[in-house]
Amino acid sequence: MTVKTLQINGKPVSAAEDQTLLDVTRENGIQLPTLCHLDGLSDVGACRLCLVEVKGSNKLLPACTTRAVEGMEVSTDSERLRRYRRQIVELLFAERNHVCAVCVANKNCELQAVALEVGMDHVGFQYQYPLTEIDASHARFVLDHARCILCTRCVRVCDEIEGAHTWDVAARGAQARVITDMAVPWGKADSCTSCGKCINVCPTGALFEKERAATGISKNKGFLTYIKNAREKKQWSR
Amino acid sequence: MTGTESLEQIAERRLEARQALRCRVSVCSGLGCESVGGQAVLEKIRARMKEEGLAEASEVYPTCCRGLCQHGPIVEVQWKEGGQPRRHLYLDVDEEQAERIALAHAREGKPAAGLASHADDPFFTRQTRIVLANAGEIDPEDIESCIAAGAYSALQKALTEMKPADVIQEITQSGLRGRGGGGYPTGLKWSTVAKEQGARKFVVCNGDEGDPGAFMDRSVLEGDPHEVLEGMALAAYAVGADQGYVYVRAEYPLAIKRLRAAIKHAERQNLLGAHIFDTGFNFRVDVRTGAGAFVCGEETALIASIEGSRGTPRPRPPYPATSGLWGHPTLINNVETLANVPAIIRNGGQWFASIGTAKSKGTKVFALAGQIKNTGLIEVPMGITLREIIYDIGGGIPEGRRFKAAQTGGPSGGCIPAQFLDLPVDYESLQQVGTIMGSGGLIVMDESSCMVDVAKFFVQFCQEESCGKCIPCRAGTVQILSILDRITRGQGELGDLDRLAELADLLRSTSLCGLGQTAPNPVVSTIRYFREEYVAHVVEHRCPAGVCSMSAVKKPAAPAVERVTP
Amino acid sequence: MNAEPATATAPKGGDKRMKMLDAAMRRQQFQPDALLEVLHAAQELYGFLAPEVLLHIGRSLKVPPSRVYGVATFYNHFSLKPKGEHTCTVCMGTACYVKGSGEILEGLKKEFGLGGNRTTTQDGKVSVVVARCIGACGIAPALVFDQEMVGGLTPKAAVARARRWTP
Repeated sequence: MTVKTLQINGKPVSAAEDQTLLDVTRENGIQLPTLCHLDGLSDVGACRLCLVEVKGSNKLLPACTTRAVEGMEVSTDSERLRRYRRQIVELLFAERNHVCAVCVANKNCELQAVALEVGMDHVGFQYQYPLTEIDASHARFVLDHARCILCTRCVRVCDEIEGAHTWDVAARGAQARVITDMAVPWGKADSCTSCGKCINVCPTGALFEKERAATGISKNKGFLTYIKNAREKKQWSR
Repeated sequence: MTGTESLEQIAERRLEARQALRCRVSVCSGLGCESVGGQAVLEKIRARMKEEGLAEASEVYPTCCRGLCQHGPIVEVQWKEGGQPRRHLYLDVDEEQAERIALAHAREGKPAAGLASHADDPFFTRQTRIVLANAGEIDPEDIESCIAAGAYSALQKALTEMKPADVIQEITQSGLRGRGGGGYPTGLKWSTVAKEQGARKFVVCNGDEGDPGAFMDRSVLEGDPHEVLEGMALAAYAVGADQGYVYVRAEYPLAIKRLRAAIKHAERQNLLGAHIFDTGFNFRVDVRTGAGAFVCGEETALIASIEGSRGTPRPRPPYPATSGLWGHPTLINNVETLANVPAIIRNGGQWFASIGTAKSKGTKVFALAGQIKNTGLIEVPMGITLREIIYDIGGGIPEGRRFKAAQTGGPSGGCIPAQFLDLPVDYESLQQVGTIMGSGGLIVMDESSCMVDVAKFFVQFCQEESCGKCIPCRAGTVQILSILDRITRGQGELGDLDRLAELADLLRSTSLCGLGQTAPNPVVSTIRYFREEYVAHVVEHRCPAGVCSMSAVKKPAAPAVERVTP
Repeated sequence: MNAEPATATAPKGGDKRMKMLDAAMRRQQFQPDALLEVLHAAQELYGFLAPEVLLHIGRSLKVPPSRVYGVATFYNHFSLKPKGEHTCTVCMGTACYVKGSGEILEGLKKEFGLGGNRTTTQDGKVSVVVARCIGACGIAPALVFDQEMVGGLTPKAAVARARRWTP
């Protein structure tokens, strides 16, 4: 196991063989906003919030998928990076119909949390108001496309952890939507095991339990690392 | 070893047989000529030759794209007069003329009266052909004619006289750069893959030519598939791969058909498959069809597509050279890049490097389209000026209109205005003026085009083709498009140009792949050189070129009460 | 022999096309990676991809249904709805666009009452679809009427040509 040393914001830090820049920043108390990343799931580098500047590269690199390399000089907090993060979150709010006041995830939402974190106080882009639907056909769960940010955590958790691969993404671009089986109503998706993992990993109020609709949701994401540790390391501690 | 005959023997046999021919007639069989009756012309000439008893003494065959698509069907006749080789290039040949041409050459051994030869037109003489060199010489579906023209001789030379490292050395020395648009040094890419350790390696030919307005790769795949296959085999030998894929977009059924046939023919001659030229080198090639997604021209999206998934790009690093198809080291090169390889190995890297400019070697195939007299396919040395391309080769703008701009690089590129007509066309110069070489689409525009409308056209394309994985591209292209849409409807607002600049910076810097990163280029480039046009749209609600609908602008209403001046 | 009527819905058992599709999958050794090649074969056999066909492919290749659906809907080439009897493809590549293919498209859409998501007429006779560059830029603006490529038409001429299908 080769340990590497590198610099983050001028501070020397160390990294183990297969650690990503995101792992290293977190270990050293440096905050990076993330939405598509979730401990326990594979990383896709899709939301672009965790982009960092690396000396010698003219491209910004996503911390979640970039391995730490010996001698790297990383900066995470320039004016430019802060501006991009804010704009990306603004784009999300303008893209679909996010109305916090009536949302079951209000105050328990990672999108809200990230918006606060990056200092977004208004949206400078034109709201698109796409026509979105709600799928409440499942006995226990609901999918509200208005709140979906296409982070694909639901797709990944159902594929990688539960193994049912009920969720996937259909169409592309601004028309992309998450779907179950052959784009049938969730309640008719034979492959779904109703395990509820997708509910727990969804960062917004797009996926929620009917039971919690009135009281508000509380999601438990720690279960992922718990399961992984149990399976791979035979450690069962929460 | 090729069955019973060697490569040289086949070539000799065919060349000797040609000596006894009265004439050779080639009819262009590219898509452009086919669509205006090329096949019928070919059949007419063949039938007439047969009736004149010259079926054995003449060769009438389809050949690859001659390039002057505006004037198809194109027929070339080659014959000998007093021991000297003669040729006559006929344009715009219809069936009636086909008859006359066949008769004239069959009975009199002379060109048909009244039909001029265009072989010495500047369109043809000003080109330097390497990739398209075989036009007129070969029938893509007759491998022996290709062998007679030199096909697979470079592969034989490499497998029997050179080491893989020597092959890479020649490519590096040649200075060949990626012709798909990136311009990445090919030799460097090859040596990176060669150095990777891996149980298996792959060579992929990127034929997903998605730039709207580009048809260079299609023409090469249709017209000279063996050139590409040989290039792939040489690449495989150089990097240590044993399997290749040609990824062709679904919209090119003719190219797919010709490729599949070519692979079969090559396998039958043992030029592909196992123990090629009786060496230990094995290389199989399969065709993979795209399915209508521009983003699949991006390397990692292409890989995902071959693996049977949605064509969404993956973060790089790791690069395909290290971890590509199914995690194995993979070399991905564009069609035109690979098509240059056999010539480089035959003639040497130095020969190639003697053409072009200091940093951009060799030639480039361009698809000339738009408001230009000679639309079609051309191959020119790097460093030629835009003026030469447009006026000397392209014939200039029709109806005496004025040149306004040339678009290169498709939706990832920018426009070149009239002030840069004397710009040498090479990778660096184009970058400096804010565009890219791209894959070769060169759209010429005159004053009847509105640059805002053109920018909107390209952004709309990117927005529709965005895969949706990353937020900046998926949501950002929508925003850029909606601003441009407002501007072209007469609802532009002050501040729109700043908003566009901000979005451009965001997409360029934060998008996951080249599609999103370059989507703002047409907008940025047209604002840079045609700012007054944007200002007219936004401030005066007027489209100077008269293209944009400006539908939201209402005419001032008539006053309700007539004022009477006292 | 019972002649199966060609329907636009689920393929029935004994349909020759199903056997040919199975043969195509067998040629690919039922590899899940061959999904795109198999979808191409299915599209060619049936003209479009019905849900039952997609499910059958998923089961045969051992690919989850949502993934098959996700792949089928990602690519423009695949159609999940039956196309019309005749298809007019308008090329919207740059070269064709600057020569007026945009107007031709608008003219055709207006004539046949198409727009938004609807690309096929109510009676299923005519489909008007857009292609993003078919590579025939030399004869811009390029149109394809079923299999026939025609260039240099005006919007009026294009409409007249398409109207030949619905006399």
